[in-house]
Parts: sequence; structure tokens; C-alpha cells
Amino acid sequence: MDVMPITSPIEAEVIERLTVGTRVLISGVVYTARDAAHQRLVQVLNRDDSLPFDINGQTLYYMGPSPPRPGQVIGSAGPTTSGRMDTYTPPLIAAGLRAMIGKGNRSLEVREAIKKYKTVYLVAIGGTGALLSRAIKKAEVIAYPDLGVEAIMRLEVKDLPAIVANDIYGGDLFEQGRARYRKRRY
Amino acid sequence: MREIKAKDITKAVAQLCQQANFELGGDVLLALRDARQNEESPLGKEVLGQLIENARIAQEERLPLCQDCGTAVVFLEVGQEARISGGDLYAAVAEGVRQGYTQGYLRKSMASQPFSARINTGDNTPPVIHTEIVPGDKLRIMLMPKGGGAENMSILAMLKPGAGRQGIIERVVKAVDTAGGNSCPPLIIGLGIGGTAEKAMLEAKRALLRPVGKPNPDPEVARLEKEILVRVNALGIGPLGLGGTITALAVHAEVMPTHIASLPLAVNLQCHSARHKEVVL
Repeated sequence: MDVMPITSPIEAEVIERLTVGTRVLISGVVYTARDAAHQRLVQVLNRDDSLPFDINGQTLYYMGPSPPRPGQVIGSAGPTTSGRMDTYTPPLIAAGLRAMIGKGNRSLEVREAIKKYKTVYLVAIGGTGALLSRAIKKAEVIAYPDLGVEAIMRLEVKDLPAIVANDIYGGDLFEQGRARYRKRRY
Repeated sequence: MREIKAKDITKAVAQLCQQANFELGGDVLLALRDARQNEESPLGKEVLGQLIENARIAQEERLPLCQDCGTAVVFLEVGQEARISGGDLYAAVAEGVRQGYTQGYLRKSMASQPFSARINTGDNTPPVIHTEIVPGDKLRIMLMPKGGGAENMSILAMLKPGAGRQGIIERVVKAVDTAGGNSCPPLIIGLGIGGTAEKAMLEAKRALLRPVGKPNPDPEVARLEKEILVRVNALGIGPLGLGGTITALAVHAEVMPTHIASLPLAVNLQCHSARHKEVVL
């Protein structure tokens, strides 16, 4: 199947071409954030303060890696469940966040924000942290170091594989996939 | 009395933590290969192929299979003729977890005080330990790193006895349906049926230690396991929730007597990264 190489931060016109089911290979810069970091980012927004990095046009990867061995860039580095970030996500999208990488489906509110603000939600394959770590070329903590594994990191990635799960047209990979293979209702 | 040294327990636990996180069990790999064969969705097939490839990389490079190296859940079977010397049994296990997670560069995922401070304890302790006293003079240690995503989708349902077999099936199918892709399918579904609330939950987890797909020895329970598996795989959730015909690899049910007023049902979901290793001292 076709795979589209894309660069992160993702240009607005590229977002329009990312339809549900499109396979992508992401290269460039992404930022990590999990539950604790999301909580803080939204607290900052609520105070009308400035975020620890410019989120405009950026990509968030819901990921907290295992520690690197000496000489390694990063340890195992796969996605965590995106649904836990759902309540924090619409304000971040409104603040300029353009793409998210995680696993599992999103809430209605997030899907609406994705349509409204021309954003994209991509899924990486959960539980393939060893495989995905190969795509990460550089990693540095840029905010909230006290959160340890949940600190915000700036990652440089090369050909990180993902699949478009929610697009600006309202498509949802989880609903479509399930509808196609469901045998009967319980 | 046969003597087992606390420091040998620590060493064994430290090794198990690393083995479990680097090496996917042969039974799981076999089940994943079968699933790849049988999955109808091309994307699902491809995803299953990536899970197998991930396991190969993890083993070769001693990288954790998943960045979520889990809560260290430890099942101990202590022979009543054995004596632990040179230290406290639970402290020895906890020290093994600390050493294993540190030496193996495994992710430490335990937060202190669950509803306020949530400070990472820094060494993945404390482990969750379940102890049984058994005949003999040996100590069997089974270690299961349990990831948060799948554990979060666990349920306990205190069904009415009248709900019966059909009620159990409907409730399990609903739990898996609700979990969707969040619990990282294809799953192994652990069920504890009967007993009391806490006993059902514990047996649901213990059921996950069984080799993948090995049926319950009771034919009636084995039929129930099989029927639930068919129903769950009809949901269409598929590998990682992206659609497909393999949502679960197996259903493992443990069944026990219960109160005349009760029908406890516990569901503990295991993600495809079904990690557990054991040793006998």
C-alpha cells in the first residue's frame, strides 16, 4: 500500500491530503507529552501564560519512553492511549496544535476540534516501542524535567510510521474499520 | 526445612523483570503468527507482522517490547516446607524489582499516592505481590509486567445469579467492545467467575498466566471460553482497533464456587504484549 512521506511540523496544505487510512512516514520534529504534561500545558493556557514551546503548527506524540542505555538515543518509544488526553486536547488545538500521534480512538469533542481547526490525528502501532525507537534520531527534554518519564521532549524523527485515524473531513479509522469487519451485533 | 536465601530471590526476580520485558513468550509468538494467518483485514495482517518484528528487535537488542514496562505483578507459590533465610521475602522481591528495572533500563511507571502527588517512585517499586502457600519445599516465582492501558479496561461485575451463562457472555463482550483499541488488541481475556469480588479479580489475572489458548480442563468452561472468543472476534475491532477479525487471541476463564446470592464476574484484559516469566527456586 502507498506510503506518504511527510515533514513535521506539517504544512496546512498537507493536512488536507491526509485522509483516513493514509499511511505516512513522519520526518522532522515532534514533541512528546503525556497526561501530566498535558495537565500543565492546559493550566498555562488557562492562566494566559506562554507555553514552554511554541505549539503553533506543531505535532505532539503521546509517548513516555523507557530510558536509553549508554550510547542510545532513546529506549522503547511507542504511543500511549490517546483517550486520556482528550479533555486537554481541544484547548491545545485551539492554541495552534496541528497534529497528534497516539493510539486508540478520540472523543467526539476532539474529533470536532480536528475538523474545525484543520488538524490531524495519527496512530502509531501500540506495543511496538522497540521497532518505533529506530525512527528517533535525537531526543532532548525541553520542559518539565521534574516529571521524569512524563517530561516534554523534543524529538527528531526520520520515517516514523503512522496511519491517519481522524481527518479534517470527519473520517474515523476506528469506526470505519470496525464497521467493515463486524460480523453481528451482540 | 529447605532453606532458600533472600538474596537468591532478589537475583531471580531481577532476571525475570528483564527477561519478561525483552523476550515475548513462544506461546504468544505462535498465537500472533496464527492470528496473522487468519486475520481478514490486510491492515490487521500488516500490524500483526509488525508486532512479530517488534518482538524480534526487542529480543535481539534487549530493548523493552513496550515502553510501558508495567506494574511488576508477582505471584509467589511458597512451599510450606521451605524457609526463607537472610531477609524478608517481600523485601527481597521488591529489591529484585528495583534492581531489574534499573539494570535493564526498563521504564519506571509507579506513582506514589494515586489521587494527589503521583510522584514517580523512581525504581518501579512497590510490586504487587500475591502469595499462596503450597505443598513442597520450593518457591515458584511468576512475574508479570502489566501495562496500564489494558489494565485500565478491567471490570468487575456482580451479576445476578439468574444472569447465568448468557449474562456472562454479554458482559464480557461489552467490556471488550468498550475497550476498543485502547487495550492494545489482540487481547488475552482473563476471566474470574464465582468466588467473591476480590477472589474473582485475582483469578482473572492469574488466568493470564496460562499458556495462550490452553483451554480450561473442565469441558463446560472450555466451551464458554470458545464461545466468548468467537463473539469477541465478531466485534470487528481487530489488531490495535483498526478493524479486523482477530480482536482476541484467547479467553482464559477460571471458575469457582460462589455464594447462593452472587455471580461475580471479573474481566482482566491482557494486551498483545503478554509478558510473564517464571522460575522455581
